[in-house]
Amino acid sequence: MDITSDTHSQHISRQFNQELEELKTHLMAMGGLVEKQVQNAVHALLENDSRLAEQVRDNDRQVNDLQLQIDEECTRVLARRQPAASDLRLVLAVIRATSDLERIGDEASKIARNALSLSDSSGTVRGLVEVRHISEHVRKMLRDALTAFARFDTELAMQVVREDESVDDEYGSAMRSLMTFMMEDSRSITSVLSIMWILRALERVGDHANNLAEYVVYLVKGLDIRHSAPERISEQVQKKP
Amino acid sequence: MVAFLNDEPAPVMTFPAGERCLSVRDFSLAYGDKPALKALTLEVPRHRVTAFIGPSGCGKSTLLRSFNRLHDLNESAVHQGRIELEGRDIFARDLNVSELRRRVGMVFQSPNPFPMSIYENVAFGLRLERRLPKRKRDDIIEWALRSAALWDEVKDRLHRSAWQLSGGQQQRLVIARTLAVKPDVLLLDEPASALDPISTLKIEELIRNLKNELTLVLVTHNMQQAARVSDYTAFLQQGELVEYGPTDQVFTNPKRQRTENYITGRVI
Repeated sequence: MDITSDTHSQHISRQFNQELEELKTHLMAMGGLVEKQVQNAVHALLENDSRLAEQVRDNDRQVNDLQLQIDEECTRVLARRQPAASDLRLVLAVIRATSDLERIGDEASKIARNALSLSDSSGTVRGLVEVRHISEHVRKMLRDALTAFARFDTELAMQVVREDESVDDEYGSAMRSLMTFMMEDSRSITSVLSIMWILRALERVGDHANNLAEYVVYLVKGLDIRHSAPERISEQVQKKP
Repeated sequence: MVAFLNDEPAPVMTFPAGERCLSVRDFSLAYGDKPALKALTLEVPRHRVTAFIGPSGCGKSTLLRSFNRLHDLNESAVHQGRIELEGRDIFARDLNVSELRRRVGMVFQSPNPFPMSIYENVAFGLRLERRLPKRKRDDIIEWALRSAALWDEVKDRLHRSAWQLSGGQQQRLVIARTLAVKPDVLLLDEPASALDPISTLKIEELIRNLKNELTLVLVTHNMQQAARVSDYTAFLQQGELVEYGPTDQVFTNPKRQRTENYITGRVI
């Protein structure tokens, strides 16, 4: 049985409604912050803005604090309310989602760190086109995953899951062309390695966005699609009433 | 509001013939002209704990009491349909009701030990049933008290009054009294609702252990209790079976909106 985004506001206990609403609001706030972190980290790299890169690294603490805060709220709800059914799934999905968001925050921080090291290096940096392209792709995935979470939209979530495969392909082909740059010009190795780390971080952001989308399916349909083969997932989601 | 009233019929849970202990077929019961159960069909598996949950007046206790024909004592109760215990119709004319009640024991909400000693309480059913040599009877009483996890607490005061026991101990004594006559099924109607949390946990532990010996059916208002101890959960509302399934599924991902609303405490 599917649930909707206002399912959690119909309890007899208004206090409980409020607690669950707060969990969602705080998760969305954390999602918004993390999204901004990724955006700023990439911007700092592309625009060679070291101040912005530093700011991203500083803000990572805020992301971590939010994770601790939301986890604590989830623990409190579990202990005091012993939630069941869709309420239980919401709390579990939020706990899992904070962990992925925090990891995305870490990836943003890694991008910022590499952006800082690149800003010190002289010469042209290769691979920025690929970074721009993949970053746009994964940022859209992240945004869609968060929207899907906010709206309990499994169709949008499934789109994110499908997108992840094409990000993986783009990542593979970008890595191959960067290898060619390194072979052609050994002086570029240091900077190309930094770009490779950045691409790796972006690809991981895509993976975490994919996880977030999977939690949406779990939350709404009670179906755990982690570790399912991609071709089976759509079939499972459609079959589930 | 309308959506849930129209949602699809409850999925029927069936068990292979060899695992069925009780089966209810199109069973309805009314008190006078007031219907209490409406054409229920469900099966209770052997050596498992099945919990009936639902709001007050939903018919869960009525159904439980039907299993050992307690409604026979109520002239206004009229029933239709069939209930089978191990494949045999419990309403059959040639069925011995006392024997049915020996095979299907019942424990109520408030502990009701008889005004006699602990030993005599457990021996009571045995004495009604047959004459046994004292040693044999003592063995059964020890076994029943051990099975009810009470032996260690009372072994030195078996001949003291049962009323000296605490509420939780009294409830376990009542369970021992029921177990002494070796029933196949134990019906528990809110067995822990008058007890403190520790006594409740002891009763729950006992329920889990007893399922190796017999089939248990539990009626409870405490949903966490149903979630903790039962293997299967049936949700009843206004005399109808709304949902019946494995407890894990009912409490994490119920199939029907009405069940979801009830177990999560939403307006229904």
